[in-house]
Amino acid sequence: MEYEVVIGLETHVQLKTRTKMFCGCATAFGATPNSHVCPVCLGYPGALPTINGEAIRLTVMAGLMLGCRIAPLSRFDRKNYFYPDSAKDYQITQNGAPLCLGGAVRLPAREGEARVIRINHIHLEEDVGKLTHRAGCSGVDFNRAGTPLMEIVSEPDLRSPDEAIAYLTALRECMIYAGVSDCNLEEGNMRSDVNISLRPKGQEAYGVKVEIKNMNTFSGIHAALGYEIARQKAALDAGQAIVQETRRWDPDAGETFSMRTKENAEDYRYFPEPDLPPVLLAQAQIDAWAKDLPEAPAARRERMARDYGIPDYDAGVLAADRALADFFEATAQRCGNGKLASNWVMAEVLALTAKEGRPVQDSALTPQALGDLLRLLEAGTINGPTAKALLPELFAEGGDPKAIVERRGLAQVSDAAAIEAFVDAALADNPKVVADYKAGKQAALGFLVGQVMKRSKGKASPQLAQRLLREKLA
Amino acid sequence: MDDIRHMTLAQALAGLRAKRFSSVELTQALLGAMEASQRDIHAFVTIDAEGALAQAAEADRRRAAGEEAPLLGAPIAMKDNMNVAGQPCTASSRILEGYVAPYDATVSARLRAAGAVFLGRTNMDEFALGSTTQTSAFGPTENPVARGCIPGGSSGGSAAAVGGGLALAALGTDTGGSIRQPASHCGIVGLKPTYGRVSRYGVVACASSLDQVGPMTKTVEDAALLMDVIAGHDPLDATTLAAPAPRLAGCWEGMDPARPLAGMTLGLPKEYFGDGLDPEVRALTEAAAKRAEALGAALREVSLPHAGFGIPTYYICMTAEVSANLARFDGVRYGLRVPREEVLGQYLATRAQGFGAETKRRILLGTFVLSSGYYDAYYNRAQKVRTLIRRDFEAAFAGCDLLLAPVTPEPAWPLGVYQDDPIRNYLSDVLTVGANLAGCCAIAIPAGATAAGKPVGLQLLGPALGEATLLRAAHALEPR
Repeated sequence: MEYEVVIGLETHVQLKTRTKMFCGCATAFGATPNSHVCPVCLGYPGALPTINGEAIRLTVMAGLMLGCRIAPLSRFDRKNYFYPDSAKDYQITQNGAPLCLGGAVRLPAREGEARVIRINHIHLEEDVGKLTHRAGCSGVDFNRAGTPLMEIVSEPDLRSPDEAIAYLTALRECMIYAGVSDCNLEEGNMRSDVNISLRPKGQEAYGVKVEIKNMNTFSGIHAALGYEIARQKAALDAGQAIVQETRRWDPDAGETFSMRTKENAEDYRYFPEPDLPPVLLAQAQIDAWAKDLPEAPAARRERMARDYGIPDYDAGVLAADRALADFFEATAQRCGNGKLASNWVMAEVLALTAKEGRPVQDSALTPQALGDLLRLLEAGTINGPTAKALLPELFAEGGDPKAIVERRGLAQVSDAAAIEAFVDAALADNPKVVADYKAGKQAALGFLVGQVMKRSKGKASPQLAQRLLREKLA
Repeated sequence: MDDIRHMTLAQALAGLRAKRFSSVELTQALLGAMEASQRDIHAFVTIDAEGALAQAAEADRRRAAGEEAPLLGAPIAMKDNMNVAGQPCTASSRILEGYVAPYDATVSARLRAAGAVFLGRTNMDEFALGSTTQTSAFGPTENPVARGCIPGGSSGGSAAAVGGGLALAALGTDTGGSIRQPASHCGIVGLKPTYGRVSRYGVVACASSLDQVGPMTKTVEDAALLMDVIAGHDPLDATTLAAPAPRLAGCWEGMDPARPLAGMTLGLPKEYFGDGLDPEVRALTEAAAKRAEALGAALREVSLPHAGFGIPTYYICMTAEVSANLARFDGVRYGLRVPREEVLGQYLATRAQGFGAETKRRILLGTFVLSSGYYDAYYNRAQKVRTLIRRDFEAAFAGCDLLLAPVTPEPAWPLGVYQDDPIRNYLSDVLTVGANLAGCCAIAIPAGATAAGKPVGLQLLGPALGEATLLRAAHALEPR
């Protein structure tokens, strides 16, 4: 039978706060175990939580970014369960009255129209500690305990593993854009619980769903969904019922395994957290925060393609990174040629950032410098190879391209008489190549251009050199 | 030195200021009395003689250097559920045996900053779950006044220490009457402040939405002296009130000595004078009402229509919060651990051995009322009734300044009686839980004694943040 896949995601995003959700401990990653702890995040007798206002602000920013309704009154609740990584043996979360309601993530159009994935709500909660198991004993590191997490719960609007990944990619982009989270996947900044079910094509009622817990790589989510679709399809085709259960993805085995079924599901006995008053947000406060809200990446992608006349693909790559997009726009405005700026940022600048291992905003290269460099190139003052040769230096040390070109005499030679001498020398020194060209080997011309450039110490206009060579060889 | 048995906190501070005795002398005298009484009264679970004497010596040094602080050199007893850095804090439970507080509760820090000396830790019902101090894992406390009887609870150790002259003053906590009821049984003053008036940070939680720390003292004046140190907003407790805490000491000054209660209306809630009231308690309460009238107060009957739902509402709200608050005692990070190969077994063994029967009973009740399928019928419904009870009090206070009532339906009963009858014990909280559910303030002051010599207290209840009015009336009505 043909089935439709129905996927919903619950994504935990770690907020970029300096301190934890309910105490003043630092949220540093990778510190000595149990070095960022206090009576509050260790659940000592008598310790009480207090709300981190910055976590509230960041969650509101995330909500505004996704077009959520911000609740004027939200509450914290206790979720009760015993586990050694939980210091209080309950988690403070938001169950009944979350901070953000509704909203949506817009996926870029692939085939046909753009898809809108609805958000059910965003709530705020605290992370737990980290367990490590050794032979004969287990240890708990509470450094991470109390780290603020947003849980972004989607509606079951996703229809394929690819769409799930597109959703997560767009969500991640939005969160990084809004400055809400680093969404660093290696550090576990973004983890998802995946709900998936199948239903016969055309049927309205949802099938029985399975939840796969705590996935932190996109490739793992994609593979796990692929596996689950095949597993559920095979079961349904064989006339078996799907059991509502929680499953775990084993990346080594490439399979999901049952953790617990609904019958054994825990009763978390949620109730309002009596240690914390409700969170009241005045509209004036929300409006004040909204002033700092950046343009959403999807909107920016469209605007940049339109305003700078660059391809959708380029706009997509550039808009995916807010700092890179800012850099591109400033460069394009400086040099006055969007396409040229886009080509250089996409090819040369990104190659450099990959090679140097740091983003452009952390380099010495300013958009003003790159813009000026491209203006020199466009005006024919320098040639392409010279511009490319100057870029690593500007990236590492900065500087004014115009001044550098003048100081070092790098301006390209466009004087036909001067270049003609180099052309003659190149032809005289390479009779075999000349013969090859005359015998119809077009590639030989490139070699001869290179010889002219070499003799001119890179300053000759390559176009002019080529024209002169052609004339002499004709 | 003066007779420390009858010395009030105010008198002790006067003596220290006049240098009639030193803090070390005073502390030594009290420590001697405390040690001597441990075998029969057993008011303390820990006596920190060394620490107390060091603090006293430091206080004496500061005074000699010309420093002054509100409680400089005054020895105070702390209920065993408040963290005092460096001292054990067990909440009278085996599960916290061996735990030494790594930090000060806010009330401890404020007392410390005011120069107080921490004598030791007073006995209590385990995790404040009880009203007799008999659920303590370390044995009961005996009433120092009505010998052979319970001191009340859960702050029974604090009440016995103050009532028995072993401490000048103490702090207790009140979740459903745990300050007022033992104060009443031991013939002392006990104040439950407005919810949010005193920080709960560092106080081992019983039921978070009901708990308040308050003074247990020999006089209303002493209660005011302690409140002026401990009350006020605390950034570490999000449930403390932002409103400034007005000075209470001396708030009764300037009233007409003959008619200090002139212009004040006292309401007598008719539901608090029902059939279950012991005749002697009724007579003493009515006598107190007459005295109030003679001092200028107008009396009027008022009604708290939902008072009858107080006990079931309280025991649902309280046990629900207790079940979550006591989850953290799991043997992983501190306190008792009964090691097992796997974690579930360790939880079960640790909690089975670490908690007493009453604690387990309340955890089970609380877990039940919160569980799926029962939540709406119990927890949710109790929250709604709690709102109705709060509205009862608001309506009553619209027509009078304070309420006047008994503290407990009967005087202290003999040790060991009713121990196997939890419902009987729970019902004895009927006159005190209302103030906690409504969040308002209330005080117990001595009203006299039964023919058998058992102390009986009088309860005054005030609206939220009505502490000054409450203490003015209490000061006028307390025995001279």
